Parts: sequence; C-alpha cells; structure tokens
Amino acid sequence: MGMKLISAKEVTEKVLSDQSLFILDVRNEDAFSDWKIEGKHIEHLNVPYFDLIDGVDEIVDKLPKDSEILVVCAKQGSSEMVGEHLVEAGFKDVFVLEGGMKSWSEYLNPVKISDLKDGGSIYQFVRIGKGCLSYLIKSNGEAIVVDATRTVDAFIDFAKDRDVTIKHVLDTHLHADHISGGRLLQERTGATYYLPPKDAEEVQFDYEPLVEGNDLSVGDTKVTVEPLYSPGHTIGSTSLIVDDKYLLTGDILFVESIGRPDLAGKAGDWADDLRNTLYDKYKELSHDLIVLPAHFGNMSELDDQGRVHAKLGDLYEQNAGLNMEEKEFHRAVSENLPPQPNAYQEIRQTNMGKINPNEEDQREMEIGPNRCAIHG
Amino acid sequence: MTIQTDHVLDAKGLACPMPIVKTKKAMNDLEPGQVIEVQATDKGSTADIQAWAKSGGHQYLGTTEDGDVLKHYLRKASDSEVKEDKEFPHVITNDELENKLQTGDKITVLDVREPAEYSFGHIPGAKSIPLGELENRINELDKDNEIYVVCRTGNRSDLASKQLAENGFENVKNVVQGMVEWSGPIEKD
Repeated sequence: MGMKLISAKEVTEKVLSDQSLFILDVRNEDAFSDWKIEGKHIEHLNVPYFDLIDGVDEIVDKLPKDSEILVVCAKQGSSEMVGEHLVEAGFKDVFVLEGGMKSWSEYLNPVKISDLKDGGSIYQFVRIGKGCLSYLIKSNGEAIVVDATRTVDAFIDFAKDRDVTIKHVLDTHLHADHISGGRLLQERTGATYYLPPKDAEEVQFDYEPLVEGNDLSVGDTKVTVEPLYSPGHTIGSTSLIVDDKYLLTGDILFVESIGRPDLAGKAGDWADDLRNTLYDKYKELSHDLIVLPAHFGNMSELDDQGRVHAKLGDLYEQNAGLNMEEKEFHRAVSENLPPQPNAYQEIRQTNMGKINPNEEDQREMEIGPNRCAIHG
Repeated sequence: MTIQTDHVLDAKGLACPMPIVKTKKAMNDLEPGQVIEVQATDKGSTADIQAWAKSGGHQYLGTTEDGDVLKHYLRKASDSEVKEDKEFPHVITNDELENKLQTGDKITVLDVREPAEYSFGHIPGAKSIPLGELENRINELDKDNEIYVVCRTGNRSDLASKQLAENGFENVKNVVQGMVEWSGPIEKD
C-alpha cells in the first residue's frame, strides 16, 4: 500500500475513536517528552529521525507488523523520510501526519455542545493538540466567538457555512499560553472585540470593555451573555453565563483542575482573588450550570464525542482544586507550579499588540503543551 | 562574529530532516577534533543538532544568529580525549587556578582549544592558540611567565604542556579537569 499522508482532522477522529493507534514519533527526545499526541488507545515509540537516516533496521522489532503505523515529526519532512524507510522494510500501513506537530497544534475540532432555549446553538472548538477551547454561540443569523485561537479561518468558514454573521468577539482574559484570534477576527469580519478592561490596560489597539452588567445579546432570540467579573488567573478574568445555563469559566476553573494565578504577575497577589472566585463567587451561582472552560489538560476530560464540559455542582464534589483548605490552596497555587508555557511573555505582548511577530514566529511561540492549569 | 572553523556547511533554506542529514554526511569527512559550522534557517535545527550531537558523542559548541541564519558549531568526537592518562607531571586543579586568578597574580592562561570552542566561553583574559598552531606561534609566549594551559578535558593541554617544556618553557602547568568542569568566570566573544 505504501505511505499515505493523513490530516490532523483524520488523526483526531482516530484519537477519539476506540481504535488503537501506534505512533512512531521521530522528534528529538526533549520535544517528545514535552508534548505528544495523546489518547486512550495510543501506543508510542520515540526514536529521533536522526538515528534513522540510514534506515529502520534497528527498530523493526519494536514496530507492529500488521497494524497501522503513524509517523509523526515536527513539520512532516522527517516523518516522510522515515515513512519511506518503513515501506522499504516491508511495512504496509504507513501513515505520515500532514504538517507534523505544527498542524496538530493548530487543528480545531468543532463540536456541538447543545441547542439553546430560543433556537440558537453553542459550539465548542477543541484545539486538541494544545488543549485550548474556543466557543461559538449562534442565534438567528448572528454569532459570538469567545476565546478565539489565531487560526480564525476555522470560525469564519464555520459561520459562512451556517450563514451567520460574527457580530461579537471576546476574550475572557488576556491569554498567556496562546495567541488570541480576537483582533484578527475583528479585522476580518468587522465584529466588535471585547476585552476585560483590567487585563487590557497596556493594549495598543481599540476594544470595547467587557464588564459585569453589560449583557451582550446575539440574534433576535434571547440568548444573553452575562459577563461575571471573576479575577484569579488574571486580574481582569471575566466569566460568562450564556442562556442562563452555561458558565464559560475561561482559565479560572477547568474540569479536572483550576487556573494558575502566576502568569501575569506574582502568584501570591492573585491567589486570594482566585480563592474568592472559586470558593465564594461561583458557589453562589446555580450548581446546575454547565461549566465550559477555555482549556483542558488531560484527554480524560473529553467525553465520547470529544467535548469538554461538566456540571458546576459535580465539580464542587469532584474537582480537587475546589476542595482544599485555605492554607493547602495557597500552597497549591503558589508553590511547585508546573513550568510556565513556552514563550508566555512574548505571547502576552503579542496579545496586547506590543509586538507583531509573523505567522511562522507565532507558530513557534505556541509550540508545546498547554500549562494553564494546576491539578490538585 | 566570524569564528574560524575547519569546514562550513550551507544548509540554508533546507527543511528538516535535511540540515541534519547533510551535517551527518559532512561530519564523516572531518578528522576527529575538527570543527564544523552549519548554516541553517530551519529553527527546529538548533534543538535537533544538539540532540543529534549528544547521541553521536560529538561536541556541540553553540549557535549564533546572523539575521535569519543560524550558525551551529560542532566539534567531531575524538577518541584521544577519552583517555584518562595525563603524562605531563605538573598539573593544577581548576579550583587552584581560580584562586590564583582571584589574587591577581600576573599569570598567562593559554587556551589550546579550537577557536569556536574558545568563542563560546573561555576564562577571562585567556590567550587562544589552538593546539595545532602552537608550534608556529610559540614565540607569542613569554618564557618568564607562569603559563597555565587549559583545554576542554586536560588532554590537548597535556600535549601542549609537553610541547612547551620541550621548547624550553620551565614554568608550565596543565589545568585539570579543564573547561568542561570550569565553574569560575566565563567570557564570551
């Protein structure tokens, strides 16, 4: 059969299915241990491509003879070289990830969360390789996009296919782990871009303030988006309540973990804010709200349709980050934090409009895993 | 910054895996201990060339950026450097040398590594004469000075110390373990 290219979209389908998948990852060991394609039924072998320049003889015993092998590298070129060696060595089902981990990092998988009360719908865009979650809420020909990633074509095409106009774009906070697509979406669609003003003191472009009390609506039907000031991950972090049923928590609360308060200043400064938001402010909300976060950290947070969501009441029972004594909480959010995301300072500067890296540099800045969460 | 090397490989404009494929091929044609400069524009090449050098036992010296061009410097693995025996009898430890430098005694530190190795980090004020050039440049050194000879692991400096002694230098000491273990101040070009 020879070697075939396979897209990030097709790999996503394989990852979410119950099929087993064997991945030969030929990036260097540091890159592999930093982040990789993950899933319940995935088996990995990591051998750097530069050890396989002359052929795959040394690893044939470690590879499955009769099942598919997916070869993965940073950008595709090295896995093609290794893929050709595999075919020469007699392997039949050899796939190469098109665009490598770069396209894996960028691919967005849109999934429908639910229909809304008065005819609208809410969709989650799962950036499976990076753990980012964006949202599109549509109703009667209009849409709001929340926490858009920089690959804005995905949102624009999605809206076009469904004949809706993107009217509002907003970020729940100033992101530190990925480059926001908010400003680009504004430019490309004419939508209004909203940011929490407390996170936007240094931004170099015009925006509308996203503040508590200023509801946004979409479509003629009543789908209101109610901003809820909820500092902690950043000083301006703002949650949204959509259609009285969904709580978009940004990077404050995740399904299996909570946000980290240290990426834009000192952890100690915002630990109290984070504690108040999680242990007081959210607690007063209806526990029937469905939490829709801006990130996931583990594949186990995805349901069988690849969606990330949980009932607020369930999280108060199950999420370790919501069940800590005050001292323990302070320790958890200020000590032994995971490493900070790749290039997070440059990413923040980009999102403030202070620097304008080209697309290639933006890609490099975002490479690597998401590290916005603290797992309790 | 121009760093003198034995070979320059142009891998500009090539995407992964070609920079490493070409480096590997070029490395085969080098003599042990020789230094290559690899010019590449693929940003991933920096991490990969370090990892490749490590797995092949080669010495990764460093990378400089010149506009969009990355220049990686590697030194080919050399068997002679793994030998443990040092023959020159007069040695000084890194710590002793560091103390001497702190007291401000007027001494000469002679670094006999390749220019690229020297460029990416040397003892402040050290004089650079690669081992291969020492014979022709020996008159740049003053016989009245205390000379402390340093390389990466103490082997090239062992050979250099003997060479100096054979040429009538009486105040020569070989520095062990050398730069690989050096914890004192470092200066870069």
